[in-house]
Amino acid sequence: MKIPEPYFSRLFKPFVFALALMPLVSLGLAAWQDKLGANPIEVITHSTGDWTLRFLLITLSISTLRRLINWGQLIRLRRMLGLYAFFYATLHLFTYLWLDQFFWWEDILADIIKRPFITVGMLAFVLLIPLAATSTNAMIRRLGKNWLKLHKLIYPITILGVLHFWWLVKADVREPFIYMAILALLLAERVWNAWRFKKQFLK
Amino acid sequence: MIIRKPQALKDHDVTDESLYRGRRKFIKTMGAGSILLGSSLAGNVLNAKARQDDLKNELTSYKDITTYNNFYEFGTGKSDPAKNAHTLKTSPWSVTVDGECAKPGSFALEDLLKPMQTEERIYRFRCVEGWSMVIPWMGFELGKLLKRFEPTSKAKYVYFETLLDPEQMPGQKRSVLEWPYVEGLRIDEAMHPLTLLATGIYGKDLLNQNGAPLRLVVPWKYGFKSIKSIVKIHFLEEQPISSWQKANAVEYGFYSNVNPNVDHPRWSQKRERRIGEFRKRKTLFLNGYADEVAALYKGMDLKKYY
Repeated sequence: MKIPEPYFSRLFKPFVFALALMPLVSLGLAAWQDKLGANPIEVITHSTGDWTLRFLLITLSISTLRRLINWGQLIRLRRMLGLYAFFYATLHLFTYLWLDQFFWWEDILADIIKRPFITVGMLAFVLLIPLAATSTNAMIRRLGKNWLKLHKLIYPITILGVLHFWWLVKADVREPFIYMAILALLLAERVWNAWRFKKQFLK
Repeated sequence: MIIRKPQALKDHDVTDESLYRGRRKFIKTMGAGSILLGSSLAGNVLNAKARQDDLKNELTSYKDITTYNNFYEFGTGKSDPAKNAHTLKTSPWSVTVDGECAKPGSFALEDLLKPMQTEERIYRFRCVEGWSMVIPWMGFELGKLLKRFEPTSKAKYVYFETLLDPEQMPGQKRSVLEWPYVEGLRIDEAMHPLTLLATGIYGKDLLNQNGAPLRLVVPWKYGFKSIKSIVKIHFLEEQPISSWQKANAVEYGFYSNVNPNVDHPRWSQKRERRIGEFRKRKTLFLNGYADEVAALYKGMDLKKYY
């Protein structure tokens, strides 16, 4: 599959860019129309968190999809989607720091130390920072092979993200289970792919 | 950005509800011939604009109270109960009372309620998740009802059970918790005059999502202790195990008293977000009812008995 140039870069990519902004737009609209319900801050926290996880999984699914449907161009969307994951993660974090905790640093620090789900969430965010910072072409060139190694961090980050959600819910783990299942599938495809590649190579 | 200010809450909802209620009570009282009480109530009606609890907190809007609920029998999302609870049939309804008491039995709700005088109680309601409301309940003291069954000296605890019927309560088709939902109180907690059996909110009958037709309200304990849609009351000698204890004994204890000094493993309990407000406020020991109920826990290590 292939979308001819310049349609891919002039139309398709901007379309995906705009699409990826929609969760924020709809959240903003709902807030403006006072439709976020009785606890708006909770809705904003959950929504930005959900979309962080979704964009992490979408980013991870790019290389899998590329292999499955043989659509090489997709890789050119991956950086943008990964940065969207960082974008929503940042919104999520600031919702917590500002709207939820009002920068009461003492309480925030206690949360990070004492509450495992916040510990892993914060760790996942910290690990995302170097990935976002090294996403420019110049950095990719400068880091060379190390860039690939560094960006393998996406795996622990996503695992921590799912864990963050799992440990947050009180009893109903259905939603975090869905994220975990998708992550497991994406990881399994990679193992399978590597194994197949190795087998071919050895022959 | 986006967060509505407390002033943006629909104040007229509150006022309308209270005017309505106040007028009804006024007329009723006048009918009863008590002019003195009647005129003082009229004063209340005139001042009804900003009705408050004992600590001068404004009431939470009827809309928020009836659309933001934890009632897992109708789904685990906060807005699920308001959407799904219409399948619950609250009439006819009967409540079984048994165990360590002289007069057990199964009672139609009307018979159970007939001798009880309902009154309004404005209570703070604090959820273990860190949010809170101020709710004008209609109800009566649980203790006054319990005495009718003449609990014996062996009745050290009271156990409550919610209806079990997955057809009416579709959330029970998934084993999120062990169904039916059960709760318990120590007998002195149950007999405490603050402990309420509620039948209404804002002068109206309880909506299904709020635990119709009959629910417990224990204002100094986290919300999940206030069991909804009660079908069974049982007196017993041993401390019962509540649903959340069964689900996770490390996180949920039997007492579950509101206590800013005892953290839940996953949330600090130091602060809470009052629904309708922007900034969090400090959580009060025993939800601000320490003067009334702290004596119940004299000498107990509340960190151990959380």
